[in-house]
Amino acid sequence: MTFLKSILGSTALAAGLVIAGLGAATARDLTVVSWGGNYQDAQRKIYFKPFAEKTGKPVLDESWDGGVGVVQAKVKAGTPNWDAVQVEADELAIGCADGLYEKLDWGKLGGKDKFLPSAVSDCGVGAIVWSTLLSYDSEKLKTAPTSWKDFWDTKTFPGKRALRRGPKYALEFALMADGVAPKDVYKTLREKGGVDRAFKKLDEIKPDIVWWESGAQPLQLLKSGQVVMTSAYNGRISGINKTEGTKFKTVWPGSIYAVDSWVILKGSPNKDQAMDFIAFASLPENQSKLPQDIAYGLPSKAAAAAVPADLAVDLPTAPQNLENAIAIDVDYWNDNIEDLTKRFNAWVGK
Amino acid sequence: MRDLDPFIHFEAISKVFGTVTVVDALDFHVARGEFVSLLGPSGSGKTTLLMMLAGFEAPSGGRIHVDGRRVEHLPPYKREMGVVFQNYALFPHMTIAENVGFPLKMRGVARAEREAKVKRALDLVRLRHLADRRPSQLSGGQQQRIALSRALVYEPKVVLMDEPLSALDKQLREHMQLEIRALHRELGLTVIFVTHDQGEALTMSDRVAVLNRGKIEQFDTPSGLYDRPRTRFVAEFIGETNLLAGRVAQRQGEAATVVLASGGSVTCDRAGPFETDSEVMVSVRPEMLHLVPDAAAPNALPVTVEDHVYHGDHIRLHLAFGESRLVARAGRRDAAPPIGSTAFASFAPGDCALVAP
Amino acid sequence: MSARLKALLLVLPLIVFLGLFFLWPLWMMIATAVQGGTVRLAFPQTATAIASWDGAGPPPASLQAALVRDLRTDTPQERFGDAVRTLNSQQAGFRTLLPRTARAVREAGEADAFDLVALDPRWSEQGYWLALKRSMPAYTDANLLAAVDLKRNDEARIEPVEPDFAVNRAIMLRTFVIAGQVTLLCGAIGLPFAMLAASVTGWKRNALLIAVLLPLWTSLLVRTAAWLILLQDTGLINQTLRALGLIETPLSLIYNRTGVLIAMTHVLLPLMVLPIYASLIAIPRNLMPAAAALGAAPLQAFRYVLLPLAMPGLLSGSLLVFMVALGYYITPALTGGAGDQMISSVIAFYATGTANWGMAGALGLFLLVPTTVLYILYGRLSRTPLVQT
Repeated sequence: MTFLKSILGSTALAAGLVIAGLGAATARDLTVVSWGGNYQDAQRKIYFKPFAEKTGKPVLDESWDGGVGVVQAKVKAGTPNWDAVQVEADELAIGCADGLYEKLDWGKLGGKDKFLPSAVSDCGVGAIVWSTLLSYDSEKLKTAPTSWKDFWDTKTFPGKRALRRGPKYALEFALMADGVAPKDVYKTLREKGGVDRAFKKLDEIKPDIVWWESGAQPLQLLKSGQVVMTSAYNGRISGINKTEGTKFKTVWPGSIYAVDSWVILKGSPNKDQAMDFIAFASLPENQSKLPQDIAYGLPSKAAAAAVPADLAVDLPTAPQNLENAIAIDVDYWNDNIEDLTKRFNAWVGK
Repeated sequence: MRDLDPFIHFEAISKVFGTVTVVDALDFHVARGEFVSLLGPSGSGKTTLLMMLAGFEAPSGGRIHVDGRRVEHLPPYKREMGVVFQNYALFPHMTIAENVGFPLKMRGVARAEREAKVKRALDLVRLRHLADRRPSQLSGGQQQRIALSRALVYEPKVVLMDEPLSALDKQLREHMQLEIRALHRELGLTVIFVTHDQGEALTMSDRVAVLNRGKIEQFDTPSGLYDRPRTRFVAEFIGETNLLAGRVAQRQGEAATVVLASGGSVTCDRAGPFETDSEVMVSVRPEMLHLVPDAAAPNALPVTVEDHVYHGDHIRLHLAFGESRLVARAGRRDAAPPIGSTAFASFAPGDCALVAP
Repeated sequence: MSARLKALLLVLPLIVFLGLFFLWPLWMMIATAVQGGTVRLAFPQTATAIASWDGAGPPPASLQAALVRDLRTDTPQERFGDAVRTLNSQQAGFRTLLPRTARAVREAGEADAFDLVALDPRWSEQGYWLALKRSMPAYTDANLLAAVDLKRNDEARIEPVEPDFAVNRAIMLRTFVIAGQVTLLCGAIGLPFAMLAASVTGWKRNALLIAVLLPLWTSLLVRTAAWLILLQDTGLINQTLRALGLIETPLSLIYNRTGVLIAMTHVLLPLMVLPIYASLIAIPRNLMPAAAALGAAPLQAFRYVLLPLAMPGLLSGSLLVFMVALGYYITPALTGGAGDQMISSVIAFYATGTANWGMAGALGLFLLVPTTVLYILYGRLSRTPLVQT
């Protein structure tokens, strides 16, 4: 019987350890999750560390690659191990509708009117405004491309070009190249035949497209000369120009901008602390430091106003950059992403 | 007479590994149909010699002729020799029949002919009933016989055996020795047999080459080696012997008188090449040494009996002769003199040999 | 206590572990793939009302009223979200339509007559109502059918989806083709490599084995960077070939199938080399000399002795490589072209991208079945010792 006892004993011990582990998990420090890379490095410098110093409690930071499924899995697990998370607009909309996020305390944020209208929702407050736009290496291309029409013009600009894999952005850019005015792009996509038209336009340069997957890839593709033009995230372009001295250029007309937001996962044990953190990261005096490191637009109106003019010209929120730029249509993509991804995959594999 | 038909001819064959000379400029012939053993302690070069013949080692110098043809440049699979390895080396993934048929298959023999030959080869070793088994299902002795039958199936000019019986127990080994000898006679094979077991070499061979440190000490018939060892190494390595140090005092034709270091002198009929005054050893086999009461017997040496050791079929007597120790064999019916008594050990002049010290 | 019970207790942790971390998730995956009912749970009155609608004519007013009543009920948000996700997967548009309608219905107050079509013209489309009806049963084959490019049409008969959306079968087939190609390449490179490693000794052997294991120990980022440096148009290989004057225009070595095969073969090679190497060094030393002595030329000795004896390792390695290759998707995404996406990336899209666990489960199931068959085959093969010692 002693044998049985020892087994029971060790099982109890193991169970105790597991429970202790769970206990430790509930007592964990505030965990903030963002997109990694030099963006998160900048955030660590201007948000995470100062906030930890201010509160005297450590702030853990992790990075992720997005996906509402990830958030949903964490929330469904009961107690999520993330607290404040930076999400894209589609994840904000779906997660908010599905109850994956806590409602924000707008009182702590100073009121909705302090932010751009597109950065305000019940579940999230905008953290950055970023653009996806046409980019090229000005040291390699003699003639500067100025529009998505040029992107499609393989005679004047021979060579491969790169787009983000998937229907999102590719369809919009294709329609712009086909002569649709930026402001009419989503209207056209919603019309019968609009999607067909976009795919037909994509057919024209299909053999010349390299599809990229992660945000670092287009930079590499440009740098190595593998492609002559690519769609890319504006922050990455200004970032690599700064760190590696490249002369990559961006074409703002026809760009598509989107707002990333801070949310708090439903059931977060550090909910209040997370709210305080988000408020801290939304303070104009903190937020306005971001463009020094990375060229993302600022949703706080006061912060945006405080950015020095030489930096402001590179931001998606600069007035001249907003001309002929459009916001991503979150509703359209949340409705259609599954169907259009299927169709995109079928098309791309043909 | 056999030497007139040098079927296998080693000519100044050498093998050097780094700075070590393993086989040292050997010259010898093997006749067609002869059973020759290469005998020697480990490191004597016997296996290297065999591997050079089989084609697994390239000689560092010299030539090898087989049936009038130079073979040192030929790869193993073109030498047409049957090789039996130490641990049988049967192919574990093939049946017994497939193992035996393997050399035929490699030579493109048609299936029907192959099957007939495999049956015959298995009959030779009386294991036809195991044709469909796998090697792992066979005993060690059976595996050895399969290895043998596989080496014989394509009727090679020469069969090489590398210590083939060393993994078997004593009884099985003796049985297999007889079986291999019978096959040799029956098929008229030329066999080169490597062993470190002198009993095995003497039992089976027409001639034995005794190797030591890469050189041939003596290449002779079994009785020639035993009765007329030419070197101390051979005398000691083959069977048991008593060695008495001395100096040639006088030669009378083939015979010689030797003055022993321990006192007295003896006469040997076969003095070999030793001239007067050369230092020599007199080799006398224990069974040739007899205890006699009087000093008048030929080559009588005064000895003291130190011990008797009972061996069943004979008794070994340990004798002291001056500073030397001698061993004599006595029949079990002979009355052994009591321990401590003195007597004379005697041997016939025809029963001794002179070797270099 | 009997010895059997003791033995059972000893393996109990293993059984619990397997059950908890292997069987249960597996079961959950299968269950998620076929479970419906989320819509019925969120819209119980609609479920009752829609049962009596034959799906042919326009939806009766009573059905519309039932939906309005359901939307007015304070359904837990997550339950509502699950229902929306299921419906949107059936009919794109529900994602925005339902929350919008729910908001409007609640704002409109208790007045029973709420005009859905007036709020959003999509409610006049038959497709939305049919999708609602199809989504009501507790169990559904919609995910399983969709996973193989089939669907139930408006008459509930199974038919292929429109060619423009038929993609899973092609990607599944492509996945198996790529896994097969990688397996063949790994075998073609792994066998000679293992033979070389088994034939040398000492530091040479160690160096060879470490060289083949290195990619396993390297992070994906470093590996990807290395492939880029080597394979891109201005990469090392193309520059060298051009410098040697062997080619005029650069070879396309990356962002196409070639890149995928090179990268995956590189990563998976150790899984092929190690089992072959293990079976090779287990071969008794004197077998190859014996084969040569018995008249086998080198190629014959390889064909009849070495290859059969290395076969268990080769088969184990092939199955390992094949099964692991089936699950790859990041490497093909980074080094492949448009048509090199593998099924796991589609599964990842549904699982993490759109939280459509039903589709992810169904696709996973179709990947799991062949993998399981192969695994059983592998178990059989590794249990049948060709070499008995």
